[in-house]
Amino acid sequence: MSNRKFIIAGLLISALLAGGASFYASSSPDGLEKVAEEIGFIDTAKDSANADTALADYGVKGVENERLSVGVAGVIGVIATGAVSGGLFLLLRRKKPTS
Amino acid sequence: MHIPDGFIDLPTSAIFAAASAGAITYSLVGARKQLDEKSAPLAGLTAVFIFAVQMLNFPVAAGTSGHLLGGALAAVLVGPYAATLALTVVLVMQAFLFADGGLSAIGLNVFNMSVLGVWGGYAVFLLARKILPKNKSSIAVAAAAAGFISVPIAAVGFVFQYAIGATATFSVTTVLGAMVGTHILIGIGEAIITALTVSAVIASRSDLVFGWKDKTSTLEIRS
Repeated sequence: MSNRKFIIAGLLISALLAGGASFYASSSPDGLEKVAEEIGFIDTAKDSANADTALADYGVKGVENERLSVGVAGVIGVIATGAVSGGLFLLLRRKKPTS
Repeated sequence: MHIPDGFIDLPTSAIFAAASAGAITYSLVGARKQLDEKSAPLAGLTAVFIFAVQMLNFPVAAGTSGHLLGGALAAVLVGPYAATLALTVVLVMQAFLFADGGLSAIGLNVFNMSVLGVWGGYAVFLLARKILPKNKSSIAVAAAAAGFISVPIAAVGFVFQYAIGATATFSVTTVLGAMVGTHILIGIGEAIITALTVSAVIASRSDLVFGWKDKTSTLEIRS
């Protein structure tokens, strides 16, 4: 598999997972939240300063359909993460010696 | 595993933000030496993949879920320097775009997942690789062991932060027991996802896998 094909396949798989499979993810509290609930310090958590922003909690504000809301948020996350990490790592890489 | 604002006081959060900044700087220097035309795109893809899979919470016990942390996975795929950076990008995107993990807690979360998870996982990987036979399937097994242990390691990182600067007053040993117990279960899921992903990449492009090729290409680099 060529480099290009490999990267494109990986990006597509990521988009499908974040955009499609994420709807089926467990909505139970995660390990830390659960421990905080059981021991009793969950109340010390404060809402994030950006808790009301457009994509907070992996949903698109105003989109009622949950599958669409989490799916679009996931795909936006994939694109945004790809843009930032792609840019960062391409800047960091050693360039081929100029021929 | 993403710490919200409020659990840990601000001075402690600031100390860990400084420690994380140090680790990021160290990783920037290391990644700059190591990344080339072939490995840089894979490092970018690793961040994307981990972001996606972190959305997939799986049930671990009654009313509890876990998700991939991905530190050990990233370290095996692209090396610990680039892995620290990849995980940090993921955590920053999650905190800023999705309000997942507090903004004041970003240094705490980076410390636990991008530093402890990555480097702790990588240490376990190196150890396991040393013991196991030198073949491709051992890489997946060693990666699984690394993934499994990296989760309770990151959880202990939180307990350490809780011990120093919790806003609550519950006993540290109670928190330690509960965090480690729960995160050993989550570690099983981490091990499975890490092994499957590493196996898939080794099957299609073993030359891209840092944890496999760094063993075989050392001579070439030194020459």
